[in-house]
Amino acid sequence: MQYMLLIYFDEHALSETERQACYAESTQLAQQLHACGQYLAANPLHPTSVATSVRVRDGKRFVTDGPFAETHEQLGGYFLIDAKHLDEAITVAARLPMVRQGTIEIRPVIELPGLPTE
Amino acid sequence: MMNATTAEHMRQVVDDVYRSESRRVFATLIRLLGDFDLAEEALHEAFAAAVEQWTRDGMPSHPRAWLVSAGRFKAIDAMRRRIRLDASLAARATTLEPTTPPLGETDDVEIEDDRLRLIFTCCHPALPPDAQVAMTLRAVCGLTTEEIAHAFLTAPPTLAQRIVRAKRKIRDARIPYEVPSAKDLPDRLDAVLRVVYLVFNEGYSASSGRSLTRHDLSAEAIRLGRLLIALLPEPEVVGLLALMLLHDARRAARTSRTGELVLLDDQDRSLWNRNQIREGVLLLERAQSSGRVGPYTIQAAIAAVHAQAPNSAATNWAQIVGLYDLLWQANPSPVVELNRAVAVAMRDGPLAGLARLDAILARGDLTDYHLAHAARADLCRRLGRTAEARVSYEQALDLARQEPERRFLARRLSELQA
Repeated sequence: MQYMLLIYFDEHALSETERQACYAESTQLAQQLHACGQYLAANPLHPTSVATSVRVRDGKRFVTDGPFAETHEQLGGYFLIDAKHLDEAITVAARLPMVRQGTIEIRPVIELPGLPTE
Repeated sequence: MMNATTAEHMRQVVDDVYRSESRRVFATLIRLLGDFDLAEEALHEAFAAAVEQWTRDGMPSHPRAWLVSAGRFKAIDAMRRRIRLDASLAARATTLEPTTPPLGETDDVEIEDDRLRLIFTCCHPALPPDAQVAMTLRAVCGLTTEEIAHAFLTAPPTLAQRIVRAKRKIRDARIPYEVPSAKDLPDRLDAVLRVVYLVFNEGYSASSGRSLTRHDLSAEAIRLGRLLIALLPEPEVVGLLALMLLHDARRAARTSRTGELVLLDDQDRSLWNRNQIREGVLLLERAQSSGRVGPYTIQAAIAAVHAQAPNSAATNWAQIVGLYDLLWQANPSPVVELNRAVAVAMRDGPLAGLARLDAILARGDLTDYHLAHAARADLCRRLGRTAEARVSYEQALDLARQEPERRFLARRLSELQA
């Protein structure tokens, strides 16, 4: 079963050094997860200050600056993992570096048939 | 040949087996079928089949295993029938078949483990707290949705929806049907004990409504406590049952014949249930002898001091304060601090207690808790500070939601005004 681990934290509270340390630790964790077959994908995201939101209503396209919603903590990255069940996903989530500062939201992934695989 | 009497007799037998075995069979069917709703349906089909078949062929030597197998085969049959309508079930039906052991092989240890799995799944921290309580009472205790809704003064549709959502989350997020690993066990067991104690407390001192106690809920919590000890005899599990028994032993003395609240100091201690106190004290000693004493065991120790004292004046308040100090170290919560302040007042006089209580309230903790104001009112009353007592009783009355408590506070208030 696939789980998406969405990493939320206050993007303004992170110094450049902390950010680099987080990248290094996350990369290492990704390697470890890969070694035991749990890793599917992971990426940090650029901050919400460079986010763009798009909607199409009645055929008309609206493009605006900024994230979908202004929140106290922002989506800053994700891990997509393979886990046997929720407890295993929770164990992985508890190992992400940002879990100590922000919040990891775990969402089970709906695996649609017919989507392209690699 | 089957006649009306044997049929009636067998129905009785099946009813008895249902009462003693249905929760076990259900827990095992959930594991085998991987779904709460399928398991519930299969459980009912299995018992329906039992009435018919046991009347005809006699009772099987191992009814529990018979029911598990019957339930499982009924579920697979039902799935096969449905496959024609829904292709997605086909996959699930095939995954079920290879693991099917021959009838009667399901062993008892595994079945007891299933009950524990069920408890841990229902009390999983990924479920909202009210859903944990509802799921535990529904799936583990077998209470109906209506009974649970009634006990918690909730509308049955609201409660039913809470259960439906919880079952959906268990399925979709794949909350495992497992006893947690040794590493996670202490935390997860805490969550289970919290649910059991919450059920007990709602029964012991209802948060709102017409009566002080709801015996059905306390009794259910005590039953759960006994089940947990049989399945997982950890010291805190034993401590929690001791605590519940010791508190519940005072039930008959806690309300007057007219349903009015009677405080500990004023209770007729001859009404306390001595057998239950004895059992509670024995359990407490067992929990303490483990050397791993947690918050429930400490609270049970406090309850035991009260339970064994002949009256309020002869209570060893110094020992109670000491135990609250210990409890504070294990669980530093404002409510523990409040209780400690009250015990200090009993040991050193109301002024010493009031100073501690005012410090808690000054911090802004417990200002919404009616019992904090009620305790303050009582201390002021004993100090002769009538005006202050009156204000605190009024604040407590504003916050209290349970009618006997409200009447008690109103009575004290009117005594002060007289």
